[in-house]
Amino acid sequence: MKKGLLLLCVTINCFATEPSPERQTTLHNLLKNDCGACHGLTLQGGMGPALLPNSLAGKPDEFLVSTILNGRTGTAMPPWKNFMSQNEALWLVRVLRKGKH
Amino acid sequence: MKKLLPILGFILSFNALAELRATGDLGIVIERENGSALIINTTEHKQLAKIGKLGDLSHASVVFSRDQRYAYIFGRDGGLSKIDLLQDKLDNRIIQAGNSIGGAISQDGKLIAVSNYTPGGVKVFSSDTLELVADIPAYYGDGKRSKVVGLVDAPGQRFVFSLFDAGEIWTLDMKNPQKPVIEKFKNIGKEPYDALITPDGRYYIAGLFGASGLALLDLWNTGTGVKRILPGYVKDDEKLPVYKMPHLEGWAVAGDYVFVPAIGKHEVLVIGKQNWKLIKAIPVPGQPVFVMARPDGRQVWVNFAMPDNNQLQIIDVKDLSLSKTLTPGKAVLHMEFTPRGEQVWVAVRDDNQLVIYDTDTLQEITRLPAHKPNGIFFSARAHKTGL
Repeated sequence: MKKGLLLLCVTINCFATEPSPERQTTLHNLLKNDCGACHGLTLQGGMGPALLPNSLAGKPDEFLVSTILNGRTGTAMPPWKNFMSQNEALWLVRVLRKGKH
Repeated sequence: MKKLLPILGFILSFNALAELRATGDLGIVIERENGSALIINTTEHKQLAKIGKLGDLSHASVVFSRDQRYAYIFGRDGGLSKIDLLQDKLDNRIIQAGNSIGGAISQDGKLIAVSNYTPGGVKVFSSDTLELVADIPAYYGDGKRSKVVGLVDAPGQRFVFSLFDAGEIWTLDMKNPQKPVIEKFKNIGKEPYDALITPDGRYYIAGLFGASGLALLDLWNTGTGVKRILPGYVKDDEKLPVYKMPHLEGWAVAGDYVFVPAIGKHEVLVIGKQNWKLIKAIPVPGQPVFVMARPDGRQVWVNFAMPDNNQLQIIDVKDLSLSKTLTPGKAVLHMEFTPRGEQVWVAVRDDNQLVIYDTDTLQEITRLPAHKPNGIFFSARAHKTGL
């Protein structure tokens, strides 16, 4: 387990710093409006699946960060890497896991 | 007293006038984050009222009763709200599903149909009481339920819709509300994401996300089945990312042409209505979302998915070329033409504004405040098939 955690830390930087307040606002808006376009304003799902804490439980950070940045081939999920950094994607995943946004 | 009578008469008639309200030039603006709807007057460019507590209105859409008194709002959270435009109030509201995407009103105005993601299917209600008339679960394969998209009304008291997960188009005949008749068209293509019906109510066209091209159903000749238009137009490996699914609903039909957003390609496709072949692909700066023809068919207005959603482009139908780019503000989400098309209202979400343009001069007329507006619907829709 420790090894896995360490590996995760190396690949997606566990010690990521929080985005600036301005970026947080931008990312919140993006989440609500652009992610919300497919996943629903309240993220309960639409054409895309729900992004509530329950629905994300069991899915590792690394997988979710990669889904956000690179999209999912064969689905409607596009890559968002032109709009945010890896660090910011990880921050979004944590926001989603908390379920308060 | 005699002298006073005319004055008294004048005052009385003035009062009477102030109390009366016609609804033919009214409309609804959706404020998605507040979950509220504005009643607006399109002649006076004025907000008349604000109706709140309508739930999750992201991706909300609206249809109107044929007497243009009531607006029916379909919310994301399965809410179906009936607004009284005469009295500025919520007349009735039900939660009919967990997650829904849009709706339609029947040819005779008596039925409201809603397309649902969860549980996947269509529910039909009385437009008068909002009581359930028919429940049509979208079963496919071995008992799974599909999300339903692209629901429209069609002549003959029918509804037509597409099954996103199943790749099917169904027609639902509601002439006898107790005995709905369903006709299913299977294998129409992978992942239909939205659809339109031509203004004459004859052709139903579904856009496909998981396959190339569009699926066409001729409602005058349903026996011939569903035909694919523009197969092989966008190859999988050249597909650009789509940051917002295009919308096909609207009057994207101008004269002999059908204008549709290409998906995964930054183009508006012009298709000939005679043979359903591509006439021209007009390059545009982003993924088109709404491609809407001005009521007279002379112009087609296009907005875009992020990050190009600060723009509006106008196509001149006369020579099928781009005639003008407008930049109304941040996040241009929707537009609606006045019934005869001399003006267009544009929802600019991130600037919290509605921008009204003169469609002839393309000059801005005025702006009205609205909180995060995402949809504009005028009561003139009441008398149009498919809207």
